[in-house]
Amino acid sequence: MVQATQAMVAAETARSRRRRVMIGRIAVQCCLIGLSIFFLMPLVWMFVTAIKPIDETMSSPPKWIPSIFQWKNFPEAFAYNSKDLGYIPFLVYGKNTIFVTILAVIGSVISNSLVAYSFARIQWKGRDLLFGITLATMMVPGPVLMVPMYALFKEFGWIGTFRPLWIPTFFGSAFNIFLLRQFLKTIPMELSEAAKLDGASEWRTFIDVIMPLARPALTVIAVFTFLWAWNDFMGPLLYLTDQQTFTLSMGLQFFQSQHTGTPWNLLMAASLIVILPVIIVFFFAQKVFIEGIATTGLKS
Amino acid sequence: MDEVSGAGPRQMNSRRDQRVGILFALPWILGFTIFLAYPLLSSLYYSFTNFSILRSPRWIGLSNYKELMSDEVFHLSLKNTLTFAAASVPLATICAILLAMLLNTKSKGMAFYRTIFYIPSLVPMVALGVLWLWIFNGHYGLLNEGLSRIGLPTPPWLTDPAWSKWTLVIISIWGTGNAMVIYLAGLQDVPQSLYEAADIDGARAWGKTRHVTIPMISPVILFNVVMGIIGSLQTFALPYVMFPGGQPARSAYFFSMYLYDTAFQFQRMGYASAMGWVMFGITLGLTLLALKLSAKHVHYEGG
Repeated sequence: MVQATQAMVAAETARSRRRRVMIGRIAVQCCLIGLSIFFLMPLVWMFVTAIKPIDETMSSPPKWIPSIFQWKNFPEAFAYNSKDLGYIPFLVYGKNTIFVTILAVIGSVISNSLVAYSFARIQWKGRDLLFGITLATMMVPGPVLMVPMYALFKEFGWIGTFRPLWIPTFFGSAFNIFLLRQFLKTIPMELSEAAKLDGASEWRTFIDVIMPLARPALTVIAVFTFLWAWNDFMGPLLYLTDQQTFTLSMGLQFFQSQHTGTPWNLLMAASLIVILPVIIVFFFAQKVFIEGIATTGLKS
Repeated sequence: MDEVSGAGPRQMNSRRDQRVGILFALPWILGFTIFLAYPLLSSLYYSFTNFSILRSPRWIGLSNYKELMSDEVFHLSLKNTLTFAAASVPLATICAILLAMLLNTKSKGMAFYRTIFYIPSLVPMVALGVLWLWIFNGHYGLLNEGLSRIGLPTPPWLTDPAWSKWTLVIISIWGTGNAMVIYLAGLQDVPQSLYEAADIDGARAWGKTRHVTIPMISPVILFNVVMGIIGSLQTFALPYVMFPGGQPARSAYFFSMYLYDTAFQFQRMGYASAMGWVMFGITLGLTLLALKLSAKHVHYEGG
């Protein structure tokens, strides 16, 4: 009798605990769905506005489903002729941005892998000191370098060209070196030693043994650099002088800066086209990329 | 092999390593010297000079720094920047941790939600500014339409000096995905056994958060807070796009906007360099402060 009651009480507490867990689960799901709306709504609204006719952008209450899907907003945004700014050559801006971004990604992957390899896998005097200094330079705020960089590039005769935006990437960057070094350190030293016993030079070990293993980390570096170059605003603002050499970020800002009667649907269409490549790249590299970001925060 | 004389094979190896190591690191040794050390030192020099694109630097000692002390626009831009940092860093930190904890409940669709929360942080700053200008728009903006529908006040987000900074804070919370991903990884690293031990001690959810989760991820919090401070002090593109000239009433005029205007609109590059060094000093100071304040509270596994 007593035992039976105890069993019943135990079953009861188990059931109530299970119910508590269930309620918790549902609450969490509700929170997640609510937050998803907060995070997605602005982007959805951007898309909706981008395919609307202009008069529906101003309707109240806001229209979530346009009466017609005006896809021609996209080509129109890319050939926009503004009253006070004139023709905005977005296609040229797109080409410029792609050019700078590709060179920056190539430069960054080559230089950072060489330097990180040296820091992670070769013993040399002064290495640890230089690595320490490299880490410390991550503290230097960008704006401090605005004036001296401009003066330097002016000295080189690079102002008004794309060179200030991509040549420096061929010389490495502290953050990427750090990230890649952490990864290269996790590859067992025995692999290199075995390769060298087989008569491989340091260069062959680097190219044939280590780099193939470092593919995920190299992807992260490539994606980071892509994002940085594609999104960069201050660099182009400082160094590009001719309107024909602007990048997409600058073009968008230029488009937005017109004062009278902003065509919001076209502006949203243009913004969407600027954002889209970033999101596509992210989806392709999502897994390694998210792990890469996590590494930056955990291994330091 | 010219250096064979008397050296054993091991010494030869280490000498070769020295040469090869430096050769591999050469891009960065050059890059560090040309694109970092030299600009940094030259900007320190410029900060003691009168200098513009047209005029070469002329030494004027501490004048720039003295002038900064009585420059009201400088003080205002500094105040704006620090206010923004003081509001956005803690708020974004709390939001990012809460989001990460929600994602860490191992409920269904975690990867899906993580992607959704992360995507906003990918949006380029200029596109971000343009998008939010549209949403905060006083006439046709989605936000105020929604707020008025449910009977809430509809503040003039973009045109009222009292609101402009809050507008930027809200956007910074929307873009908190990067920190969230780092926190999430930190949370997943907390050993499950600690929670089981807490369960045995009869700890509730809050107790577990307070005594297990927070201490265990404290190094990650410190890292994100420091990065947040450094980042928010540099805020440039977003206010530059959304609040041209920092208007209304210069309420959104940030430090780096003033620095940019000083150097490239007013052609006072020496003065701008001095501002840059003040900023560097403040960044260093705040970072050291964060490290010092956290020294007691940050828990490092196994020392």
